[in-house]
Amino acid sequence: MTRKAYHKELRELEKKLLNMGAMAVKAVEGSVEALSNNDIKAAKNIILNDHFINKERFDIEEECLLVIATQQPVATDLRSLAAILSVITDLERIADHAEGIAKICVMNNMKPLVKPLIDIPKMTEKAVNMLQECLTAFVERDIEAAKMICDEDDVVDDLYNQVYKECIMLMIDNPKVIEGATFLLWVAHNLERIADRVTNIAERVAFMVNGKMEELNTSNY
Amino acid sequence: MVENNVFDISALNVWYGEKQVLKDINIEIKANCVTALIGPSGCGKSTFLRCLNRMNDFIPEFHLEGKIINNGTDLYAQKIDPIEIRRDIGMVFQKPNPFPKSVYKNITFGLNIFGVKDTEKLDKIVEDSLRKAALWDEVKDDLNRSALSFSGGQQQRLCIARAIAVNPKVILFDEPCSALDPIATGKIEDLITELKKDYTVVIVTHNMQQAARISDFTGFFMLGELAEFDKTKKIFTDPSNKVTEDYITGRFG
Repeated sequence: MTRKAYHKELRELEKKLLNMGAMAVKAVEGSVEALSNNDIKAAKNIILNDHFINKERFDIEEECLLVIATQQPVATDLRSLAAILSVITDLERIADHAEGIAKICVMNNMKPLVKPLIDIPKMTEKAVNMLQECLTAFVERDIEAAKMICDEDDVVDDLYNQVYKECIMLMIDNPKVIEGATFLLWVAHNLERIADRVTNIAERVAFMVNGKMEELNTSNY
Repeated sequence: MVENNVFDISALNVWYGEKQVLKDINIEIKANCVTALIGPSGCGKSTFLRCLNRMNDFIPEFHLEGKIINNGTDLYAQKIDPIEIRRDIGMVFQKPNPFPKSVYKNITFGLNIFGVKDTEKLDKIVEDSLRKAALWDEVKDDLNRSALSFSGGQQQRLCIARAIAVNPKVILFDEPCSALDPIATGKIEDLITELKKDYTVVIVTHNMQQAARISDFTGFFMLGELAEFDKTKKIFTDPSNKVTEDYITGRFG
């Protein structure tokens, strides 16, 4: 194989992408954990750490541009770089959603949650699982896995609807919990958006493999 | 850091007769780096390269002012022997130019001139040079085969091996891939990236993308002047000079 240095650069970029993915996963899990434990200190740490995820995104973006400027990638390599540029934006936004959840934990200010967390941890687990599977699909260029991940988004949407209905009912029953229920709605909304972002990543996996830009989740949501 | 500079070039001006072809060039070339020189035809980049091992001495009416200091030695001082310089500063040309001799004799040619006769030593240098030039595996079974029977890419790597054999410190490349296909070009580019571990490389190329791919520093020449010199990644992502930007983006040249 020729152009060893160039191929090494591509591999390094992919490693950095995975590392950024791991940072985003940690932020999402940590934010919901902080909320369920009413742990403001942990939430504030997640808010502070978002800066590092943003920085990682800019670093990867800069390196992608450098490879494009200096190595003239074409075909699959070019699509991979375009995919990485898109995926890092989604990962950065996923981390922003985690930061959003952490901010809600801080705003809640140690008050007891208006209801026990049942569906929100399920949403978290599902969304994180989707993200991890999606990053694996990215590395393995597995278009079938990417398509299946998009179908899983419906599960997260169902759970979100469940939380939504439940919170509305709580507010109708007792207006005193409107603020606390709204907090949980925002949390669920952040998680639902995280899963949506994962489907964007899955679409980029498909684009990398077959060169087609298409929406993979065709459900009614 | 002065000690890291293989070349310190200051106030370099060159004329061919009345025509000035290099104007006030000041540049430092770092050790164990690849420095690429780019620019439109006639900009002076090849003239500059050939100043670095006094290859322009053969050109009538060549006249140089300024200093080219190579590891502390003024290359154009009176007492300097150009042959000795070219031992330390080898050169690989645009078109592969192996001698019409065997692979073995191509590699040992320069060594014989410098008086190396010991067969065992010669055998070792031949193998080492061919390995460094990533050619050993392709030629080891028949070192007596004529160099001219190989492909252009292989011949070019043989020329690189021949340059390496005399143990230079610097290798100058004058458009080494312009006669090669993309695969052979890729091999030479990989090789240049490997070579910088042991040597300092200066390469003139018409292929800007090649400069971007393989070099650490890039100098952009324009009408005999060094319009910009910087790290390659800076030149190709955020050049300081508008003329450089216009050239590398294909707006002229």
